Amino acid sequence: MCLSIPSKVVEIDENNFATVETLGVKRGVSLDLIGEPVKVGEYVLIHVGFAMEKIDTKAALESLEFYKKIAKEMNDGTISQDEGDMGLSKMNSNEKG
Amino acid sequence: MDLINDFRDKTHILNLSKLIKKASNKPLNIMEICGGHTHSIMKFGIDKLVGENIKFIHGPGCPVCVMPRHNIDEAIKLSSMPNTIFTTLADMLRVPGSFSTLQKQRAKGCDIRALYSPLDAINIALENPKKNVIFFAIGFETTTPMSAVVVEKALNLNLKNLFFHINHVTVPAPVMALLDDENVKIDAFLGPSHVSVIIGSKPYEKIAKTYKKPIAISGFEPLDMMDSILNLVNQFNENKFEVYNEYDRVVKPNGNEKALNLIKKYFKEVDFSWRGLGLIPKSGLDLKGEFDAINARKVFDCSVESKPENKACICGEILKGRKNPPDCKVFGKVCNPQNPLGSCMVSSEGACAAYYKYKRGS
Amino acid sequence: MEKILLSHGGGGEEMNALINDIIFKAFDNEILKSANDAALLRLNSTNLAFTTDSFVVTPLFFSGGDIGKIAICGTVNDLLMVGAKPLYLSCSFIIEEGFSIDEFKQILNSMSKTAKKAGVFIVCGDTKVVPKGKCDKIFINTSGVGEVIKEINTINLGSQQKAKILVSGDIARHGSVIMQARDELGFESELESDCKPLNEVVLEILKTITPLAMRDATRGGLSAVLNEWAKFCKVSIKVKEARIKISDEVMGICEILGFEPCDLANEGTFVLAVEEKDALKALEILQKFDKNANIIGETFKDDKNRVILETIYGVERFLEPPKGELLPRIC
Repeated sequence: MCLSIPSKVVEIDENNFATVETLGVKRGVSLDLIGEPVKVGEYVLIHVGFAMEKIDTKAALESLEFYKKIAKEMNDGTISQDEGDMGLSKMNSNEKG
Repeated sequence: MDLINDFRDKTHILNLSKLIKKASNKPLNIMEICGGHTHSIMKFGIDKLVGENIKFIHGPGCPVCVMPRHNIDEAIKLSSMPNTIFTTLADMLRVPGSFSTLQKQRAKGCDIRALYSPLDAINIALENPKKNVIFFAIGFETTTPMSAVVVEKALNLNLKNLFFHINHVTVPAPVMALLDDENVKIDAFLGPSHVSVIIGSKPYEKIAKTYKKPIAISGFEPLDMMDSILNLVNQFNENKFEVYNEYDRVVKPNGNEKALNLIKKYFKEVDFSWRGLGLIPKSGLDLKGEFDAINARKVFDCSVESKPENKACICGEILKGRKNPPDCKVFGKVCNPQNPLGSCMVSSEGACAAYYKYKRGS
Repeated sequence: MEKILLSHGGGGEEMNALINDIIFKAFDNEILKSANDAALLRLNSTNLAFTTDSFVVTPLFFSGGDIGKIAICGTVNDLLMVGAKPLYLSCSFIIEEGFSIDEFKQILNSMSKTAKKAGVFIVCGDTKVVPKGKCDKIFINTSGVGEVIKEINTINLGSQQKAKILVSGDIARHGSVIMQARDELGFESELESDCKPLNEVVLEILKTITPLAMRDATRGGLSAVLNEWAKFCKVSIKVKEARIKISDEVMGICEILGFEPCDLANEGTFVLAVEEKDALKALEILQKFDKNANIIGETFKDDKNRVILETIYGVERFLEPPKGELLPRIC
């Protein structure tokens, strides 16, 4: 039960209904399942016509930074393929986020 | 920031691929519980990016696939009643019951509509006040709160012509049922994405500790999955069994509390008979007794006689990780996506359907 | 008793079964079974192409076109795909009682404009009106004849060791527009259907090279064309995902509804198979008309006759033919 995609809120009406946009496609979704206030410009996760949750863009950025760091270390040779284990040990279950 | 394409970045994915292959030095069976993960694995070829040691076992996480014949037979009976509009979510139309499918019933003239959003059921009921509208609700925790919202709206609007046939199921129950079977061959789990958005990361902690299995809650994008798989390999190598929340941009420890409260308000736990896995106590949901007036099971005659599952089908074994789709005698022959016999072939998310679509003959 | 289902008309495996097992059995002849978009006929010393197509579109008017425009493009393009210059079309309407005369005029106007652009004349026709509820607003059938310039017979694709596969533009725009236009989804975007007659680009191709096969990727999309070719010509085909252009909006609609862009319909985009030596020349011509045209892959011989997609991450999977009725994925 999984099809779902991040979308940006572009409009909210008085019935707690929002217009959201994904890759240039706009559509209406219900905000009835979101407990906290949602603002225009924020990202939400959509499933079958409902926003399920706000997307924490800070957490998303941290994840992406983490992958960039790996890329840099692999390029620098800090983690080479042969020394891959060193890089791995940094990636224990609690480091990211 | 682009929340879709950034998480499909080729360089990062190939980097993680190298790291996973390097770290993965002994056989590791990872079960992805969720059908969406199965789909991503096949669509993006993730199984070919992680090396020979890792084997994916496709779990019971497709709500369409796990729907027992009996419930579909009930749906078909309800949809055949006069003066009725029967509504459900799209994929459900193809799933075979004992004698027919909803798609075939529609061809016979029954008014059966595939909805994009459960909210559409409200509009259909409002627009057709003289007809009985039935919403056949399916899905895991991801769609349960949406059904609860529709129930709430129907009650607030005092709609007398909208009835609910609830077939919601929960994720932790079948996972524990699988792990209670000592023959099961699963070393680690990829935790579902959107079920976890609703239930949070906490419910998995007990499973990880009790059964000593590492769990990584992962998003559906390939980069999310590669990150999670790398974490599982590391935990496995280090004999750890923790819950790693890779999808922390939307999954919180306690989940979506508003959605969980709505579920509690309208639904109660019931036993559910899973296609392929059998009866699992308290793994399904139905409307609470005080809502009998809108419960299609209580209002209408749902008695049906269902055929037993086909004996040649090995879906139960596949779901437990003991067999692969090609091991099945009927796979790709009498059982195919056009004419599915077993649960794993019925939806495009099912293990057999995914194998058939992306890997047949490879 | 077995019934016809919507999936039998979706351009997928169910439809192939209906055609091969039921229709071909009833009308058994070699011309019909050649699996080309149009029949290739020889009358006295003239080579003709002949084809027919019926159009049932909901909604009738959509971003970038309407049922009238499609009714011309569909038949014109089918003639072009066998190497013929389209000349004359017939046109027949089945109209539901109560249909708006204004909308009918709008459709006729659009047909006339498109026919002009495609260089064809509509020379005969028929009109039937049926009681309300017996058809959905308006159905149109067009048939067409054309003069064969270079006979393109799909079976030739099988005789080549290595043929290059090209697509004339970005894919899945028409299918996405139709999905988007369905009221209940409430979608909005700038996306337009690719619906257009292909006479200019194809006639220029035919002037320069002789393609092995051409097919407009309508119902069932790119994956239907490639899978039909693989099966019919007994070749395997490998295409690279990274080379297939897809617009952002199409990606958006596919992500939201769980569709594969390769399965969605096009109405002015075609697939072309050429000998390796002609590939760059063909690409140059295609790109003059649409910069999104690209060489997407090649054929090779093995005993499997399958279509393989190399994903953007460099791993391979099968590109299966689409399933009949496109239903949004829920999981």
